Amino acid sequence: MNNITGSDLLGLFGHFLMLSLLAVGGAITTVPDMHRYIVAEHHWLTDAQFTASIAIAQAAPGPNVLFVAVLGWNVAGALGALATMAGSLLPSTALSLWATRWGTQRRETRGVRAFTAGLMPLTLGLLLSTGWVLAEPYLLSDTHRWGALALITLSVAVMMRTKFSPIWLVVIGMVVGGLGWI
Amino acid sequence: MTTSAIPLADELAAPATRRELFIAFTSLALQGFGGVLPVAQRVLVERRRWLTKEQFVEMLSVSQVLPGPNIVNLALMYGDRCFGLSGAFAALAGMLMMPMLIVLALTALYGHFAQDPVVTGALRGMGAVASGLVIATGLKLLTTLRRNVMGLPICLAFGTVTVLATAWLRVPLVWVILGLGAIAIAVAWSRLK
Repeated sequence: MNNITGSDLLGLFGHFLMLSLLAVGGAITTVPDMHRYIVAEHHWLTDAQFTASIAIAQAAPGPNVLFVAVLGWNVAGALGALATMAGSLLPSTALSLWATRWGTQRRETRGVRAFTAGLMPLTLGLLLSTGWVLAEPYLLSDTHRWGALALITLSVAVMMRTKFSPIWLVVIGMVVGGLGWI
Repeated sequence: MTTSAIPLADELAAPATRRELFIAFTSLALQGFGGVLPVAQRVLVERRRWLTKEQFVEMLSVSQVLPGPNIVNLALMYGDRCFGLSGAFAALAGMLMMPMLIVLALTALYGHFAQDPVVTGALRGMGAVASGLVIATGLKLLTTLRRNVMGLPICLAFGTVTVLATAWLRVPLVWVILGLGAIAIAVAWSRLK
């Protein structure tokens, strides 16, 4: 494992603190710089370990931002996870709280109403875009693209038309994927 | 269309206590394989009726514009609305605490299973489903555009340009918000009184 000193931890915390306010759209948007810091500069993790950290957080239940905790854990155990999570969340959380209160107080003003009304179609566009970007690798693969298309279509249909919990779809996905059809 | 599933503003329920808020957010986070947003929409809007579709999209919009994870910002905003600061922390804790313990436990175990083809296959399957859930959530929320002051055609135009700019051209989000977002806000402003 790495020999992480106290000042290393502080540096890790500070770096993630700085990235927090830049992370418009989520912590994942600042991954390139996290990679540069952790893998290229300090050699605390290999490429493979870095990528695996992100993948496991995405697979596990919960917000994908938890990849930050996994990175911290892999670098320096529990203290590392604490450093990266606290750094990632403190600034953006403080800003969000302040912003939402500021906005809520003024929510009847023309400016705030224009803000929310104007952004609405962008928000939905981003959501659909995210879905497409997530689906793309599966649909463009040489093998199993039809299996992937079928599974994704099924997920969309079931989620839109029925009341079944998405958990069932996840289970189906795991089984079908485990069988090698995706 | 299941119009009965769409709560009107005056039919909304709300969490009675911070504990209920914490448990609700923990529960929905733990169902979020591959991402929490689709589950959050299903649970908060359709099952619990704590938010209307419009309110959900509104909060999501602000969450996306602000730095930080969208779902975390959304939880924060909703919790704050319910119980102030303590509510914000209750929602945040729900969203992050148990899932973090679980993911760190999985990390400790993962090394042994990383190369297993069945495991990687299962994760691929899960990822494919996750993408479908996000797409479905986006499609479901499109109905909120009907009541937008800019009107449906303009909204669809903005939405389409957003998809092309981000999914196809891969324009960084900040530019999309500052550029297209500013234009859209200006258009909305001109349509409001």
